[in-house]
Amino acid sequence: MPKLTIDGREIEVEAGTTIIQAADQLGIEIPRFCYHERLAIAGNCRMCLVEVEKMPKPVASCAMPVGEGMVVKTNTPVIKKARQNVMEFLLVNHPLDCPICDQGGECDLQDQAMAYGSDRSRCQEGKRAVPDKDYGPLVQTWMTRCIQCTRCVRFISEIAGTPVLGGLGRGEHMEITRYVNSAISSELSGNLIDLCPVGALTNKPASYTYRSWELKKTESIDAMDALGASIRIDTRGNEVIRVLPRINEDVNEEWLSDRSRFAIDGLKRQRLDRPYVRRDGKLQPASWAEAFAAIAAKVKSAGSKIAAIAGDQADAEAMVALKDLVESLGSTSLDCRQDGAALDPKVRASYLFNSTAAGIEQADALLLIGTNPRKEAPVLNARIRKRWQKGGFKVARIGHKSDLTYKYEHLGDQASILKDIADGKHPFFEVLKAAAKPALIIGQGALSREDGAVLLGLARKLADATGMVVEGWNGFNVLQTAAARVGGLDLGFVPGAGGKDTAGIVAGAAKGEIEVVFLLGADEIDMSGLGKAFVVYQGSHGDAGAHRADVVLPGAAYTEKSATFVNLEGRAQQTRLAAFPPGEAKEDWRVVRALSEALGKPLPYDSLKSVRERLVKANPVFAAIGEVKAAAWGSFGTEGAVTDKALVSHIDNFYMTDPISRASKTMAECTAAFGGGCGCNHKKTGTHG
Amino acid sequence: MLRDSDRIFTNLYGLHDWRLAGARARGDWNGTKELLAKGRDWIIDEMKNSGLRGRGGAGFPTGVKWSFMPKTEGPRPHYLVVNADEGEPGTCKDREMMRFDPHKLVEGCLIAGFAIGAHTGYIYIRGEFIREAQHLEFAIEEARAAGLIGKNACGSGWDFDVHVHRGAGAYICGEESALIESLEGKKGQPRLKPPFPAGVGLYGCPTTVNNVESIAVAPTILRRGASWFSGLGKPNNTGTKVFCISGHVNKPCNVEEEMGIPLKELIEKHAGGVRGGWDNLLAIIPGGSSVPMLNKAQCEDVTMDFDALRAMRSGLGTAAVIVMDRSTDLVRGIARLSKFYWHESCGQCTPCREGTGWMARMMQRMVTGDAELSEIDLLEEVTRQVEGHTICALGDAAAWPIQGLIRTFRPELERRIKERQDKTQAA
Repeated sequence: MPKLTIDGREIEVEAGTTIIQAADQLGIEIPRFCYHERLAIAGNCRMCLVEVEKMPKPVASCAMPVGEGMVVKTNTPVIKKARQNVMEFLLVNHPLDCPICDQGGECDLQDQAMAYGSDRSRCQEGKRAVPDKDYGPLVQTWMTRCIQCTRCVRFISEIAGTPVLGGLGRGEHMEITRYVNSAISSELSGNLIDLCPVGALTNKPASYTYRSWELKKTESIDAMDALGASIRIDTRGNEVIRVLPRINEDVNEEWLSDRSRFAIDGLKRQRLDRPYVRRDGKLQPASWAEAFAAIAAKVKSAGSKIAAIAGDQADAEAMVALKDLVESLGSTSLDCRQDGAALDPKVRASYLFNSTAAGIEQADALLLIGTNPRKEAPVLNARIRKRWQKGGFKVARIGHKSDLTYKYEHLGDQASILKDIADGKHPFFEVLKAAAKPALIIGQGALSREDGAVLLGLARKLADATGMVVEGWNGFNVLQTAAARVGGLDLGFVPGAGGKDTAGIVAGAAKGEIEVVFLLGADEIDMSGLGKAFVVYQGSHGDAGAHRADVVLPGAAYTEKSATFVNLEGRAQQTRLAAFPPGEAKEDWRVVRALSEALGKPLPYDSLKSVRERLVKANPVFAAIGEVKAAAWGSFGTEGAVTDKALVSHIDNFYMTDPISRASKTMAECTAAFGGGCGCNHKKTGTHG
Repeated sequence: MLRDSDRIFTNLYGLHDWRLAGARARGDWNGTKELLAKGRDWIIDEMKNSGLRGRGGAGFPTGVKWSFMPKTEGPRPHYLVVNADEGEPGTCKDREMMRFDPHKLVEGCLIAGFAIGAHTGYIYIRGEFIREAQHLEFAIEEARAAGLIGKNACGSGWDFDVHVHRGAGAYICGEESALIESLEGKKGQPRLKPPFPAGVGLYGCPTTVNNVESIAVAPTILRRGASWFSGLGKPNNTGTKVFCISGHVNKPCNVEEEMGIPLKELIEKHAGGVRGGWDNLLAIIPGGSSVPMLNKAQCEDVTMDFDALRAMRSGLGTAAVIVMDRSTDLVRGIARLSKFYWHESCGQCTPCREGTGWMARMMQRMVTGDAELSEIDLLEEVTRQVEGHTICALGDAAAWPIQGLIRTFRPELERRIKERQDKTQAA
C-alpha cells in the first residue's frame, strides 16, 4: 500500500491506484474530460495534469499510478497555467454555441471554462466544422462540438460490447464516427449522451425541448424492466422530459437501457385520463361514480365468480389492495403471472435472481437457459460482459443463437439439453461442477412454456447437483422481465385454495365460470379468450386490455405515483411521484380502495402508510427498502417429460414490451430502425410509410 | 576524420553486392555463433560499455534499454521490434542501410533478440520503402535458408525469426508505442507511459523497440569490442554515426563519421561545402526537422554530438543536417515544417491536435507578414503550451522548429510584419 502526499495531505492507497483516484478519495478535485472511472484510461484530454516532484514534466494524473513517497501538487501556478492552456486549445475549435446547446448548464467544458477559461480567444484562425453523423433515432450528434475525448468510443466497445465507434482521420481532422454509416444498434446507446462531456451527443427525442436548469429532478426507480434501475426523472411542469440513470452500484452502476430512458414519450400518448363505461358496444366517457356503479351491479350478480390478473407494471400497493378486495368478495382466483410462467410462489429463491446483479460478477461459470439477457435486461447483460472481460468465465447457452456481446458456447436450442446437463450426461455439467461459483440464468422464455415447471425442476436439480447453492453463494437465477412480478409473488397475488391461475381464469371466463375479470394493467393475455365475461381494466394506457374492457378505470404510470416495486433480485424499492397522473386518473391503490367502498367491502386502509403496513404484514421484505436478503433454498419445480420445442426468449422486440413503450413514438422509430432489435430483420409491409 | 578501417557501413553507397555472399565478404555473419555463446549478460555489458546511444533521435543508451527487459521469459514471450519507419524530414540513413547492407540489420536482430530473450523480431518498415523492403525480405530469406536465423539460428541453439511489416504512411508510427499499436493492427496512436514497452509492449508482452542503425551496428561493436567503439568520438557520445547532409550543399550525401565531428568540417569535407561558400550560409537544422535551427555563428564551431548540440538548445536527433544558404526563405521553410506536423499529428491528445493547426496557420501568416508584432510572442507562447504537455514527443517536435526560428531570426519575422503594415498603410 503506497503512501503519497497530495497537496500536503497524506493518503495511503492500494497499489495500482492512479493519482486522480487517490485525489478523488481525498476529495481533491482534478478537472477531467476523457477520464471516467468505469472506462479504460485514455489520457488524451490533458486536463488532469499535475505536478509530481522529481518529474521533469507535468504528468496526466489519470494515467500515472501512484508510487511510494510521491509528492503531488494539483494547485500550483504551473498547473493552473497548464490547465488554462489545455482549455484554450479545446476552445480553439469548439463552436461556443452554448446558448443553443442542449448540454448548456450541465456541460463539463462549460463548467471547467468557468474555472480555467479566458473571456476572449487569442486564436484568430477559422474554426473547424465537422459533419454530423446519423446515429439513429436516439442519439443526436453535433460533431463540431466534439473534443475527441473518446469516452463514447470506449463505452460502446468496452461496456456495451458493440464496437461500432472509432476515430477516423488524424490530427485536427480526427472525427469520432461509425466505421459504417448507420445507426448505433446497442440497447445501451443512451448512456453515450450521459458520458459525453460536451454537447456532441445529445438526447435526440428531447432535442431543443428543455434547458437543464428548468427541470425538476425526482429520484425514482425504473419500472420498464425487472432490474429496477435507479433513475432520476426530470420534469417540467407536469411533463416528463427525460429520464437519467442514478448511480447504484448494486443494481445498475450508472447505466440505463434505451427503453427505460427513451420510452417516456409513451407516457403522453394513449393515456386513459377518465373512466369509461361500455354502452351500446362502445366505450363511453363516464364519471367515477358511474363506472363504480356499473362494476358494483355486475359484481353483485357474479358473486364469487370473479377473478383478477395483475400486469407487468402493477405496483405492490395496488396489487395488495386488489388481492384483499377480491378475496373479500369470496374469490381466490388471482394471478400476477399473465404469461403463465411456472414460478413457484412458495419458495422465494425459485423466482429470484439469487446471485444478485452485482454478485454475478463473482460467478466463474454460467449457463443461460431460454433467455436473451441482452434484450431482457441490457444493463444486467453489461454486468455479465464485465465479468466475461475479466477472463476465466465460461458461458454456455441453451436457446436461440444471437450476439450477447460476449463469447459463449452455444449448446443448442432444445430443452432436452438442459435435461442432459442436469442428469450429468453433458460435458457442461462438469464445467459447472468444477467451478467455484457456478451460476445459471433461466428466462421467462423457458418458464412460460407448457413444460415450464419441469424446466424449473431441472434447473433446480442442476443447481443442487453442481453445488450452485452453498453457504454465501446462490447461483440459481431467474431472469424476470416484469417489474411487478417479484412483488406480486412476494405478496401472494397468486391463486389461493381452489383458485384459478391466468390460464384457468381465461378458460373460466370463456366457459362462463368467471363472470367478472379485473385486469390491473394486464395487456399481454389473450383478450379474445375472455368470452362474455365482464372485464374491468384498470391501468394507464389504452392498450389491449382497455380495448376489451367493459369498464375502464384510469390509473397512474410509474412516474406518477409513490409505489413499491420489488426487482428481480428481491430488492424492494420505491418510486416517487415526479408528475401527476393525467386528467382524472389516480394512484392505483386509491382506485381499488374507492371501488371497495362502492362494492360495500371497504378495505381497512386509507393512507399510503397504512397500505404499506399491510404490505409488510403480507411479507416482511416490503419493510426493508433497498435491501436484498438471501432467500431460503427449497424444493420446487416438477418432474416430467420436456417437450420437443426450441427454447426462445419471450422478448421479440426489445423496444416494445409494455403499454408505455408500445405507445412511444421513439420506440416505434427504434423498431423501424433496428428491426425490433432481436437480430432478425422485421420486414416492412407494402403499406408501410 | 574517420579512417576507412573504422567504418561499420562499408557498403553505404551500394557499390558492392548487398546479398549474403557480399555481406559475408565484408565480415557480416562472421562468428555470430561465438558471439552468442558468450551469453546474454556479456552482450548487454559490452553494449553498455560501448556507450552506444540510440540512433533514432532520443539518444537513450542501447545497452541500458536492453537490460530493462525481464531477465527470464515468463508466460509472455519477449519481442524485438525494429523501428524502420524512417519518416523524419531530412533523414535517409536507415533507408540506405536496408537497401545496401540488409544483412547487418538481420544479424543485429538475431543478436539483439538473443540478448533480450526474444524469439521473434518484427521490422516495421516505412510503407514507401518498396525496394528496401524487398531487399530486406530477400536478405531474411537468404539468412533463413543458410540457417543463420530460424530454428537453432547460426547453430547457437537459439530460435529466432524476423518478419517485415510495412507501415501505411503515417509519420507518427515512428514513435515507438504508436508503432506497436500499428503493428497490432490498430490505429497508430502513441500509448501512455508508463507502462513502458519493456514491461507491456507488443501484444502486452515485454518488447524492445530500437532504431535500424542501433541494431545494425551491434554485431560490429561486439566483434571489434566495446573499447574500439568507445574509443571513437567523444566521451558520452561515442562511436560512429551516419550523417545525412541535404539542402544547399554542393554534394548532398550520407556519410559515416565519428561522433563529435565539427559541423563545418562535416559539410566541407563530405558534402563539398555550402553552395556559394561557407559565408553564404544562413542556417542549419542539425538533426532532422524537429530540432531547432542554428544560425551561422552557432555553426562555426559546434560539434556534431548529443551533448554539444543540446548545449546550443538544439539536438542531434537523427543527425540529418539540413543546410540552408542565404537564398532560403527561412520563415516559409519553417511554415512548411509546421504544416507537416499539423498533417501528421495523430489527433489523440488535445495540445498537439489543436496546437499544431493553430501554429501552422500562424506560421502561414508569418510568411507574408500578415500578422501583428504581438503575435510573435503569442506564437512563441503557443509552442510552449504544446511542448511537454502531450502524450508523445510529436508535440515537442512541432514546437521546437518554431522556437528555433523565433530565437534565431526574430528580426526577420518583425521585418516582414512591419513591411506589410507599411504597405497597407500606404495603400
